[in-house]
Amino acid sequence: MILKGRVYRVGDNINTDVIMPGRWCHLTDEAELAKHCMEDHDRDFLQKIKPGDIIVADENFGCGSSREVAPLSIKAAGIGAIVARTYARIFYRNCINIGLPIFESPACAAATGPDDGLSIDVFGGKIINHTRGGEFAFAPFPEFMKTIMDKGGLQGWVMERLGR
Amino acid sequence: MGQTIAEKIIADHAGLPTVVPGQIVNVPVDMAMANELSAALSIKELNSWGVDKVFDPRKICLVPDHFTPNKDLNAAAIATTVRAFAQKHDVRWYFEVGRGGIEHAVLPEEGVILPGQIMVGGDSHTCTAGALNCLATGVGSTDIACAWATGEVWLKVPTSAALEYTGKLRPHVYGKDLILYTLGDLGTPGATYMSIEYFGDVFDNLPLADRFTMANMAIEAGGKCGIFRFDEKTKDFVEATPRFIAERPAYHTFAPDADAAYAVSRKYDVTHIEPQVACPFSPDNVKPVSEIEDIKIDQVVIGCCTNGRLEDLQRAAEILRGRQVEKHVRAIIIPGSQRIARIAHETGLSNIFIDAGCVFSTSTCGPCIGGHMGVLDADEVCVSTTNRNFRGRMGHLTSEVYLANTAVAAASAIMGRIGSPDEL
Repeated sequence: MILKGRVYRVGDNINTDVIMPGRWCHLTDEAELAKHCMEDHDRDFLQKIKPGDIIVADENFGCGSSREVAPLSIKAAGIGAIVARTYARIFYRNCINIGLPIFESPACAAATGPDDGLSIDVFGGKIINHTRGGEFAFAPFPEFMKTIMDKGGLQGWVMERLGR
Repeated sequence: MGQTIAEKIIADHAGLPTVVPGQIVNVPVDMAMANELSAALSIKELNSWGVDKVFDPRKICLVPDHFTPNKDLNAAAIATTVRAFAQKHDVRWYFEVGRGGIEHAVLPEEGVILPGQIMVGGDSHTCTAGALNCLATGVGSTDIACAWATGEVWLKVPTSAALEYTGKLRPHVYGKDLILYTLGDLGTPGATYMSIEYFGDVFDNLPLADRFTMANMAIEAGGKCGIFRFDEKTKDFVEATPRFIAERPAYHTFAPDADAAYAVSRKYDVTHIEPQVACPFSPDNVKPVSEIEDIKIDQVVIGCCTNGRLEDLQRAAEILRGRQVEKHVRAIIIPGSQRIARIAHETGLSNIFIDAGCVFSTSTCGPCIGGHMGVLDADEVCVSTTNRNFRGRMGHLTSEVYLANTAVAAASAIMGRIGSPDEL
């Protein structure tokens, strides 16, 4: 599977409060969540992105609150994948669980700027920057996480546990 | 190789003699908790999965506390959904408004979570309960839905950090200052994925309240959990909870091996630590209070899940007794639970606050997440005893939050600027 998109670039410590502010945390509808994605980080986020775009971040992306509406809003807004140097752990789990493709690659983050064109070879384990050139490996997923991702998220795994 | 506290608790639950960091295991959970916001999404997922039976209603806890008492119609609708779910599944640990308080204060206090257990919670500050020598960790709503359906959760065994605190505390220095100081040292990603394990003789002379404060903010360093050793103080606390008294449940305690492997080790001599303040917009942007310049404030929030225990309120009341909050400052007191509120009323604590010109609120997470009960306007400044000061956290994007202990917050309320109790 190849994910292709243009880069929306952010820096360190993007917390889930700015991704999905507390005032919208009562929402559960994905279309509604999408309307407020990244609102307190960048008011014009939704105007700047197109479906399939890739968020590239530095350290500790998704830190703070466990609110799953944050990654849900990113997925619902049409972002195709996230690449970061590192992630906060709850956010990382949430992305795996909801089936939002997420990759850890310090080298890619270091060499990628706004609006670059990226393609991610999910099974081949590499990211290519088409704008600046360069091919980067991402950290391999542990087997267990691959299993969850293969099932499209945690739902498939739960169904299996329940014998359905 | 010896094992850390987290490794021992996970191995115990996984039915394995040992586990190693990085290993992914599936473990049964002793408690799966959610507040109304995270629960709403979990319930939606269970419904979409077609799961209409929970694994064990005795191991589920629901605490509507974030936007309650319902702040608006949206919040009301969510509270209704969660209440209906609790009724349908006969959830044992459902704490209605007026019966509980804030999840992280209520669960330990009621005995819902016990030493040695594993709890997942749909709230990042679930780690608070680690003060009781259990592994409590925040997860998202899908994980909670999974735990409610199957009784299990997948965990990656974390590496661990050993933080040791020794020496004699200076006046008005508490657990909050120790954890803020630690955050200043480690940085917000400093313990990402780690089990933060707290040690040291300082805790012999502090009430359990300070352990809860420090475990609460383990997530602010990126920690998976924050855990304290079990001692006589833990035992006294646990065995005085209503559930323990009624049921005398067995529980197990875990101490690290002498040769346990810690990825990060720090020793802090607390003797020279003064009250700390975390400046906008990160909990690791920490300075001693004496180095804070003349910053006028508009609001003070004292309490919540980080600092809403009885001793926290007592420390603030000592400062406010016989004094007045500055004329143009709003001071909002939020006890962690109904139980704490009741003692505050019984012992006259709440009257000290009211006489000083404070609002004595019911328990809610409202102001901390910019929900209600103290949302900040543009450019307003707040001193808060909560745990996060991200941009826009408590309201307007241009508002600012400074984090401090309850004595510093009380002193600041009186002076109308950020300052230390020593200045009064």
